[in-house]
Amino acid sequence: MTVHMQSEADQVRSALAAATGRHFHGAAEVETLVRQSGGASRQTWSFDALVGGQRHALILRRDPPAKGKSDREQSVSIDRATEFRVLQAAHSAGVRAPEPLFELVPEDGLGEAYVMRRVGGTAIARKLLRDPPYAAARGRIARQLGEIAAAIHATDPKTLPPLKRREAADHIAGLRRSLDLLGNPQPVFELALTWLDRRKPAPLDRPLLVHGDYRTGNYLADESGVTAILDWELAHLGDPLEDLGWLCVKSWRFGAIDKPAAGFGSREELWDAYERASGRRVDRTRAHWWEVFGTVHWGVICLNQAWKHLSGAIKSMEHAAIGRRAVETEVDLLQLLKAEP
Amino acid sequence: MAQDRPTASELLTAVADFLREEAVPALDRADPRLGFQMRVAVNALAILEREGRLGPAADAHEHDRLVRLLGRDGTLEELNRELARQLRAGERDESDASLMAHLDATVADKIAIANPRWR
Repeated sequence: MTVHMQSEADQVRSALAAATGRHFHGAAEVETLVRQSGGASRQTWSFDALVGGQRHALILRRDPPAKGKSDREQSVSIDRATEFRVLQAAHSAGVRAPEPLFELVPEDGLGEAYVMRRVGGTAIARKLLRDPPYAAARGRIARQLGEIAAAIHATDPKTLPPLKRREAADHIAGLRRSLDLLGNPQPVFELALTWLDRRKPAPLDRPLLVHGDYRTGNYLADESGVTAILDWELAHLGDPLEDLGWLCVKSWRFGAIDKPAAGFGSREELWDAYERASGRRVDRTRAHWWEVFGTVHWGVICLNQAWKHLSGAIKSMEHAAIGRRAVETEVDLLQLLKAEP
Repeated sequence: MAQDRPTASELLTAVADFLREEAVPALDRADPRLGFQMRVAVNALAILEREGRLGPAADAHEHDRLVRLLGRDGTLEELNRELARQLRAGERDESDASLMAHLDATVADKIAIANPRWR
């Protein structure tokens, strides 16, 4: 028996040529195909498609045919088809996000996958925070992120696919469940979760689209500032201030600790821009609550990442090492609980 | 029987220095992804060096404080489990100054090992 062996890149290339040709109604050639990031399960590929003499700069987002995602991953993140429809709704609503073009079909053999237009810029925090070309952008990014968050939250919920509603109480229960599964006692996280539980904001009458992972590292920016919001896989319905609180978690300042808003500005700059764009006042107490929540959340994610290695689900030194970052959020939590507004 | 020099700490430092100064630049040229992973590895070795040096005293102090705070004895794990239970149940909270002093001291010792530059 002869088996035709094809490399993963070759398989992706030929499937993309067929799917891109279908979408643009012409024979397509795929060039400069590069795997950008992601683990085995969630992949991003960059490529150019040449169709009828026109070059299209594109991105493929793809989950290869399932090899068994963990229950937890499945329950927290949305699938690619849902992500595509969230992106469509947000992009149509005017959110600065990549334009989603088309979904692949099962016969393409790439698993759950869709293609969007490629947007210029870098997501690398270290470059954005320190490299000379981004000096002017650094003065704008906090404000831009406030405006874009307002646009995300203004997406008409009727245009969205079905999404999980996740309120403060659900989040607290989720983190406690994680701590119980992990098994090691975590006094500082327990203290913070009880603090959060006692002060949790009431659910909104009308929950809004929440990006769910709105932070430096998950958007592209160039010399002019933010060009596109990426990584929509944790989108859900809930309290929009969740996005603003998460953005201010100290870990996303990448060392620029005196600039709480994503490492680029003050909380007030972010809130002012958000208020001007949304017409809604940012409740300071509620924003602080979500920043505290985001800090515990990241701490528990660090422990969960290490657990992926420790449980044998994946073998990864990087994942193992991230477990030792959880204590950074313990430091931050003790500071935050003393700075109660 | 005592080992000869280098001590564990000295040997870990020598390995980490070699990897940082010679292996990382070579890997960055050959394969940036491996260069990044090697930085993670070097950082992990630095954590182990600090843990070997500072860990035993930090654990002993944490144990002493927990015995005083909880008014009972047990292993570090048992005492932390009891403290975590009390905190989830809301039996203690941030208004308890002796609790906060204990957590401040414990987290200060942990971060001094995991990432002393974190502020």
